Amino acid sequence: MSLIADTPISLIVLCSGLALVLIGLWGMLTQRNMIRMIVGFSLTDTGVHMVMVSIGYVTGGTAPIINDAVPIAEAASRVVDPVPSALVLTAIVIGLGVTAVMLSVAIRIYKARRTLMIDECTESKW
Amino acid sequence: MTVPVITLLTILLCSGILISGLLAVTLNNLLSAVISAGLASLFASVVYVVLAAPDVAMTEASIGSGLTTMIFLYAIRKTRGED
Amino acid sequence: MIKRLFILMMLAVMAVIFLNLAGNYRENTELSRLGHYYAENGPQELGAPNLVTAVVVTYRGLDTLGEVTVLFISAAGVGLLLRRTRRKQDDEDLEQGDRAEETAGVHKPASEIVETATELLLPMVILFGIYVFLNGHLSPGGGFQGGAIIASGTMFLLLALPESHISRLMIAVIESLSGFSYVVVGVLGVLLAGGFLDNRIIDPGTYGALFSAGAIPLIYVFVGLKVGFELSAVLDRFRKEDTGPL
Repeated sequence: MSLIADTPISLIVLCSGLALVLIGLWGMLTQRNMIRMIVGFSLTDTGVHMVMVSIGYVTGGTAPIINDAVPIAEAASRVVDPVPSALVLTAIVIGLGVTAVMLSVAIRIYKARRTLMIDECTESKW
Repeated sequence: MTVPVITLLTILLCSGILISGLLAVTLNNLLSAVISAGLASLFASVVYVVLAAPDVAMTEASIGSGLTTMIFLYAIRKTRGED
Repeated sequence: MIKRLFILMMLAVMAVIFLNLAGNYRENTELSRLGHYYAENGPQELGAPNLVTAVVVTYRGLDTLGEVTVLFISAAGVGLLLRRTRRKQDDEDLEQGDRAEETAGVHKPASEIVETATELLLPMVILFGIYVFLNGHLSPGGGFQGGAIIASGTMFLLLALPESHISRLMIAVIESLSGFSYVVVGVLGVLLAGGFLDNRIIDPGTYGALFSAGAIPLIYVFVGLKVGFELSAVLDRFRKEDTGPL
């Protein structure tokens, strides 16, 4: 019981993020359906974001918004790190762009061959 | 020694993420798999609020779980007939 | 089978590396030096209460410009991949079929609940999106979130009225104008203030007011419009039921 109580919350999030990366990779590597592979990619994406946010957490920190709740003088000792948050913000938006392009390639392949199975697209296989 | 509520909440949310992630790669129905992936994203956005990153939480909720799931659904509709 | 074994082995190796990482992890008790600098000097230097916005728009502004560019390229890529291509000879056929389809309505009409809810909610969703990107420097949120909310408003519209047509020209004009203005504001930063995308080209005003923090609200309005219309265009591309062979 005390083991759970002493575990910092960012460590829990870090471990689940890493586990989600593994789950997503497993999905990407074992599925043969292209849309399922892209689902695996988006899970890996979420896992990486969780890892990055958990690294930016500071014990007992509050959101990095300096207003009446957090006076400027105490800012540096009370807020969490804003840099990983900003990076993850960028990563999420780019993740959407990448997913959209991958899905449209999958749709395009489906239109040409009437199948989503990656095994049947053998032209560039070596 | 009692476990703090915030730790319990985090454990609950993280197990929600892992369960929906596992469902997303194992479910046979493609539609359910996509919805599970969106659910994992939604749980993650609540975790970001717990970790004091509200900006990231908003982005994840609107882009990661909203729009991404939507374009997945449109893509499934366009490639109907496959599972 | 051997392939699956190989994948399992690879994942096991990665799991060992990850376990090692997680085992050596200690939760931070204080900010990193960079984060400390931003937290200490950000509010005075830029006048933006939300530090994440300060980092995204000004300190790391060039990265955000790159991010907007990546999003633009991916929207253009989606448009290119999902365009309707037709063979020359059955071009006219399809053209006619298209038009007939559009008038007859191949899309199932939405239920009355969805239509009524959209009529009520759409203005509020758009207004909320604008609120989010105007208040990006004061509260959580900003151009990307506001843009995504506006795009979900468009998604409502597409769900409730499948027949509705979104003007490509309007999207292209608004998108390129806001992208261009974003770069112009950045260059003005070089001319009038400390460097590219410096927000101090406008007087910072009172700390915590709606129109404060220099050029940050202006940049976020441009980013919000650009992202909102770009994502709407992507959704519109994905929605289109195309009839022609590729």
